[in-house]
Amino acid sequence: MMWFRSAASETQITHGQRVWLYCLAFIIMCLLVIPTVIVIPMSFSDSQYLEFPPQEWSLRWYQEYLDTPRWMNATVTSFKVAALTMLVATPFGTMAAYGLFVSGSRLGKAVFFLLMTPMIVPVILIAIGTFYVFGKVGLVNSTLGLVLAHTVLSVPIVMIIITSALRTYDLNQERVAQSLGSTRIRAFFEITLPQLKFSIMTAALLAFLTSFDEVIISIFLSGGGNSTLTKQMFSALRDYIDPTIAAISTLMIVLSTGLMLGLQFIGDKDTRND
Amino acid sequence: MASDRSASLSISITELTKSYGDVFALNTVSIDVKAGEFLTLLGPSGSGKTTLLMAIAGFNRPDSGRICFGDHDVTVLPPHKREVGMVFQNYALFPHMSVFENVAFPLKLRKIGTEEKHQRVMEALKTVQLSDYAERGIDQLSGGQRQRVALARAFVFGPKILLMDEPLSALDKKLREEMQIELKQLHRQLGVTTVYVTHDQREALTMSDRIAVINEGELAQIGTPREIYNAPANHFVAGFIGESSSVPVTRDTAGNLLYDNIKIGKAPAGSKDKKWSLVIRPERLSLTEPKARKTAGRIYFQGKISELVYQGETAIIMIRLNDGQELTARVNTRAGDDVDTLSVGQSLRVAIDKKDMIIIPGEAR
Amino acid sequence: MPTPLSENTDALNADKLKAAERRETLTILALTLPAIIAVFLVIVVPVGWLFSLSFLDSSGQLSLDNYQKMIEYKSYIRVFKTTFNVSFLTTFLCILIGYPLAYFLSQIPKKYVGLFMLTVLLPFWTSLLVRTYAWLVMLQRNGLINNFAIELGIWDTPVKLAHNLNGTLIGMVHIMLPFLVLPLYAAMRRIDRHALQAAANLGATPVQAFWQVFVPLSLPGVVAGSLIVFVLCLGFYVTPAVLGGGKVILVSMQITAILEDQFNWGAASALGVVLLVATFAVLLLASRFLKLDSVMFGRR
Repeated sequence: MMWFRSAASETQITHGQRVWLYCLAFIIMCLLVIPTVIVIPMSFSDSQYLEFPPQEWSLRWYQEYLDTPRWMNATVTSFKVAALTMLVATPFGTMAAYGLFVSGSRLGKAVFFLLMTPMIVPVILIAIGTFYVFGKVGLVNSTLGLVLAHTVLSVPIVMIIITSALRTYDLNQERVAQSLGSTRIRAFFEITLPQLKFSIMTAALLAFLTSFDEVIISIFLSGGGNSTLTKQMFSALRDYIDPTIAAISTLMIVLSTGLMLGLQFIGDKDTRND
Repeated sequence: MASDRSASLSISITELTKSYGDVFALNTVSIDVKAGEFLTLLGPSGSGKTTLLMAIAGFNRPDSGRICFGDHDVTVLPPHKREVGMVFQNYALFPHMSVFENVAFPLKLRKIGTEEKHQRVMEALKTVQLSDYAERGIDQLSGGQRQRVALARAFVFGPKILLMDEPLSALDKKLREEMQIELKQLHRQLGVTTVYVTHDQREALTMSDRIAVINEGELAQIGTPREIYNAPANHFVAGFIGESSSVPVTRDTAGNLLYDNIKIGKAPAGSKDKKWSLVIRPERLSLTEPKARKTAGRIYFQGKISELVYQGETAIIMIRLNDGQELTARVNTRAGDDVDTLSVGQSLRVAIDKKDMIIIPGEAR
Repeated sequence: MPTPLSENTDALNADKLKAAERRETLTILALTLPAIIAVFLVIVVPVGWLFSLSFLDSSGQLSLDNYQKMIEYKSYIRVFKTTFNVSFLTTFLCILIGYPLAYFLSQIPKKYVGLFMLTVLLPFWTSLLVRTYAWLVMLQRNGLINNFAIELGIWDTPVKLAHNLNGTLIGMVHIMLPFLVLPLYAAMRRIDRHALQAAANLGATPVQAFWQVFVPLSLPGVVAGSLIVFVLCLGFYVTPAVLGGGKVILVSMQITAILEDQFNWGAASALGVVLLVATFAVLLLASRFLKLDSVMFGRR
């Protein structure tokens, strides 16, 4: 009861006066979380209608997922494309962010804007545009085309993360290294890069997830045996509701949440060790 | 590390200019630094002293001019080839390396062998009194210790020129004063040409062989601490270093400079300045007996005390002269001395020896 | 460059130094080259091609045929109207629901924020498809919500919540909410506490201080977040395609339909160009009214 009368702000508004806000926020947070995680228990339902709460528990939909070649191939494709995207987008984006940050020339501003366009142009346009152009050079239904497109989608995110890390980084260290005899490149690799480790990991992870979760471009650029998981799921959703999707969804939630939480954990350990 | 002045280089800067948009950070600055000397670049913030230091290091590219180390023209040489040691204001130590690794870094770059590297690093650490800290991480060090690591790292590879950008400004007063003496001793020991940037005039006076006063991108004056203090060439230097007050001085048609109808000096031939000032250091004014006879070789000022401020070992006396000018005197407060008998409003006569006078063209700002 | 004091009009070394400067700038910008090439291949060339395609009619001749059809065919106009309506409604609902949440997060002590922020980040990290699927399952005729409501007696017959505008809106709001809450929260955190204390000291009640001091100061954050949401909604495909059931047709869906059914690149690209222009227009309009990057990334 005392808590209700204690101050919640520097203007002496009490917690009691704010109870309505706390309740409202709680409801909104539930509304955000519940729909996100509701598929998890449902995926263990034995019935084809995915009851909630499940009357009978079983792993049949997971088994279905593992047994269906269509889903398995798609999963492999998605992982392959996402991993390649991560390996390409991270260095591309990091180099670009570093180059722009250090240069400060007016040309740099124009380049920055150009590299941010993937975030501004509606994805549907990128999808049909690349479908048309890549179609002419035979890159549709290929891993290369999809990785290229996903890389371009991820580069802005990588750049934003690395640029923000560079802002809090003391660039004087590179200058000192140069004054001590190190070339610019060596200074970057030996001094700056190790200190950007965590941000690079974050950027790489986000590039991976961006590619893995991407739907629209995958619909247009991947097909047949090379379809991504997202494309298969989308087709399934439109035509009929395959309960296997619940199992796949659960696995995807576990993957992205696990990776992101793992990253946070490493980050906290990193700062605690300092 | 023996003191070997022949191993250090002179620096000659010729007509160095750098502008950012419409503003000149440096305007055709020319300075010659002698081999082995400790030169301080002194000036207020934004005066261009750091810009000049960075140009010597190669971190900013001037618009025009020439920089030579000894006989070698380094104007377009990239920073990693200039072989200068540098200490930054915030030390810029590498946080992911230990003290030893930080100091060893330049040796590693020069591919020095492990044994020799170890020996030289430990020698450098011994010089800065941090021998026991070799394995420590940077975050475990205090400000003063970090500064010493930055120093050790800057001279361990034997550069012929050392540059320092306000290295002591982040330390508290007492530590700063200790470090000033230590840096001076280190300079004597190493014998390396050192260019030091600061805005603190006391620091400049304490440490330097010569001081270059920089203001608004231009060199105001260059000279030894004594020359700068006792014979400032213009009002900026007179005002920036030490305290001063001034009175206007008239110039007659013959070129004589007169105060109170006494000739105190002569304008140099060809000088066009009509207005001159007599600049007075407050500690050079002495109190005189009001009725005593005037001595030749001294200039006297008569007025009333407008303010008396006791400051411990000295006291400030502000005097409003009969002609309206204000002078400030600073006197010692030894026990039993005249100061205690003074009061605001009292008439007072002070005097300055002619040899202590500083006569400068122009009016005080 | 202003004229230096030196008598020498031929400034010492000036040309050599300028050349070195240019070399260095180019080397650094070369680091951005891989990214530039990639963006060029995936954005500039395809979008450029779409532009040109939109000006070709069915026989391959240069014409404004496609654009004319857009103004004439009622179905196209309806699609634009629907898109703007859905985008506006979604943005509005996001502000309504997201503002209290952002406010809450900005008022609690910093050490608790991480925990509560997870409820916003969890959906944010979860795949779009997964969330859309979850809503489909929940909103169906015999889905969760209907079943619960009937059991609890809230209503008797299943209400059509999916495959219509309602379902689309619900799904889109859920997807877009983090995009509003995150920048809004950041902006609210940056509001100077002292301003509210000053208001209280000058006599404002908590309610007055909130409406007259806090809300106006939070508006740039609201605008930034709404902008992101609105622009994302304009081009959105997945969620409306699944939850709209073919009844709610947005521009992106129309484009896809035209390509799937008729393979009419002219019409599809014309629609795409209009979408692009609309997106840029919205961003341009907004950039006149606020400095976007200071709101989104904080003052330097």
